[in-house]
Amino acid sequence: MATSANFGDTLLAKVIIEAGRSERQYWRDLWRFRELMYFLAWRDVTVRYKQTFIGVAWALVRPLATMAVLVIVFGTVANLDSGGVPYSLLVLSGMLAWQLFATGFSAASESLVTNVGLISKVYFPRLLVPVSSVAVSLVDFLITLPLLFILMAYYDHAPTWRLAFFPVFVILAVLASLAVGIWMSALNVKYRDFRHAIPFVLQFGVYISPVGFSLSAVPEQYRMWYALNPVVGLIEGFRWSLLGKADEMMPFAISVTVTAVALLLLGGIRHFRKTERTFADVI
Amino acid sequence: MSVSATATVIRVENLSKKYEIRHLAEREKYATLRDTLAGGMTRMGRRLIGRERTSRATTEEFWALRDVSFEVKRGEVVGIIGRNGAGKSTLLKILSRITEPTCGRIEIDGRVASLLEVGTGFHAELTGRENIYLNGSILGMTRAEIKRKFDEIVAFAEVEKFLDTPVKRYSSGMYMRLAFAVAAHLEPEILIVDEVLAVGDFEFQKKCLGKIGEVAKGGRTVLFVSHNIGAVQSLCNSILHLNAGTVVEQGPVETIIPAYLSKMYEPSPCLDVRRPIFDYLLLENLAATPAAVPSGGATSITVSFRGVKSGSIHGLCILLFSSTNTRVAIIDLRDPSGPYRIAQEEVLTLQVDIRCLNLVEGEYKFGLYVQSSHSHLDLGDLASIRVLSQAGHGLILPYPAVYRGFVELDCSVPCRTNLV
Repeated sequence: MATSANFGDTLLAKVIIEAGRSERQYWRDLWRFRELMYFLAWRDVTVRYKQTFIGVAWALVRPLATMAVLVIVFGTVANLDSGGVPYSLLVLSGMLAWQLFATGFSAASESLVTNVGLISKVYFPRLLVPVSSVAVSLVDFLITLPLLFILMAYYDHAPTWRLAFFPVFVILAVLASLAVGIWMSALNVKYRDFRHAIPFVLQFGVYISPVGFSLSAVPEQYRMWYALNPVVGLIEGFRWSLLGKADEMMPFAISVTVTAVALLLLGGIRHFRKTERTFADVI
Repeated sequence: MSVSATATVIRVENLSKKYEIRHLAEREKYATLRDTLAGGMTRMGRRLIGRERTSRATTEEFWALRDVSFEVKRGEVVGIIGRNGAGKSTLLKILSRITEPTCGRIEIDGRVASLLEVGTGFHAELTGRENIYLNGSILGMTRAEIKRKFDEIVAFAEVEKFLDTPVKRYSSGMYMRLAFAVAAHLEPEILIVDEVLAVGDFEFQKKCLGKIGEVAKGGRTVLFVSHNIGAVQSLCNSILHLNAGTVVEQGPVETIIPAYLSKMYEPSPCLDVRRPIFDYLLLENLAATPAAVPSGGATSITVSFRGVKSGSIHGLCILLFSSTNTRVAIIDLRDPSGPYRIAQEEVLTLQVDIRCLNLVEGEYKFGLYVQSSHSHLDLGDLASIRVLSQAGHGLILPYPAVYRGFVELDCSVPCRTNLV
């Protein structure tokens, strides 16, 4: 066995393929392919604003335009109470949370279907695909975020110590988009119905979730029921950490979010792992 | 040979893969939720009414692979051959872990890179440089590895000038070259290659084959699927022959390829050559055995007539046509001692032995020229023979048949002298 040194990682690389074998190497493979995850994310980000004239500015234009509409509709026309915060700050912080979640969610849901070429021609742990796809929403988010701080400076609305918790809510939002995204990506492989349903659901989502108004604007007796929507906790968490403004229902809303994300994420990964073996056959 | 040189690196045991083919209501490629829900509702409805029938035969099982077992030793270059639908691609997909077997087991001992397609994951909007990194990483290279080989890849692909141009602006040739260049610089212990050579122009194919040959010579294990028997012959030292999802045989190239070819080209149920010629003759038979010959091989042609009335044949030639109906050769069968006499109900059989059918590979057709005392007749397209390609010399592949005319001259290439 003198030559075995030439094949240094042979032992490591021994692979056994069997029907229904839940590969023990899966998580190790996931780690081994981390560079691919980085490259896929990098590709999505690079490609996103290619051949556009204003380029990355799109990441600013979109939320700004939506914000303007929501401020006018809810703040001026409906004249809803903002709880002492400038209305545009209220809306923009909500928008940030919503965009981060929604863009990530829809990208993740589409991710497997748009990468058919990879799925049917090369092996890698498929979980990389939806996970890497949320990078785009994260980058968009990071581009939009300074806008909020500029606006806060303009309104002389200083952040508080609560800002330290902001990263936690960003992570929660990313996990939330993955939690639903992983489910949808796997379901999309078999049933393209979800492809049509998701944009539609997201369109609704902006109005169902408190993006354009604060949780306090919801009548007291319905507020608890309303907080059962997991996105509520996300948005309220963003507002609390960024603007220091909270409804008394916030802790409940956040616990709903955390529970929902945890359950969906675990269930989603399980479902994904169970179905991913047949992706190449079905897609 | 040392122990490890002959170690088994791939062991496949009783591998099977089943696909289910839907027959009824298969209007769309993929199931929609509606179909599934509606199907479920109908079933539930039937159950409620108590008319649960066993479901109509909507799915049919199709075994793409059935009980396939084989082993590959380290350093072997295995050609996987078989007709379309023999299960070659399915086997490669399972070996590269893209899809899962239905049952059976595979052990692979070594780092595998599979190349089922050239340019997997190339993104049209990205530049050549960016795509090298992306594609390399998709094929399993680390970033450091790609960086190290970057210049080599670029040189191999000959795209230096266009490195920062999006590949959507590349010509298809450049695109293919770049894509293959990345793949060619993989350094796996086991390389799985599927028909990548089917695309691209001839020069490109040659380059690819050369590179695969290099990999093979470097002592790595290669599994190579191709319909190009010439390529398989010149690259591989062992063959796995699949048919209808099962292994027909596995063994060295020299024994498997001839067997495979003779099976592949078993004379098709003969065209009926029987036909009257003039008013006194009946052509009974015209056939070559074997009907598939490697170029330069031997075959014999039999022609037989039956006399309807007694008469004589004054001139007789077998005509050989190319598939495009160009006359390639004739075989003069006239007897120096005079015309063939044939009596009523008598059968005249002539056999020609061709010692060396030095034709370029392809399909050729036989015709006949028959001359009686006062008239003559040309018959075309009576039977056919297939000439098969010979292995190239070492790694040099012959040029495509269309460029080579009809005849393979029997010659030896002289020693080359370079005069200064």
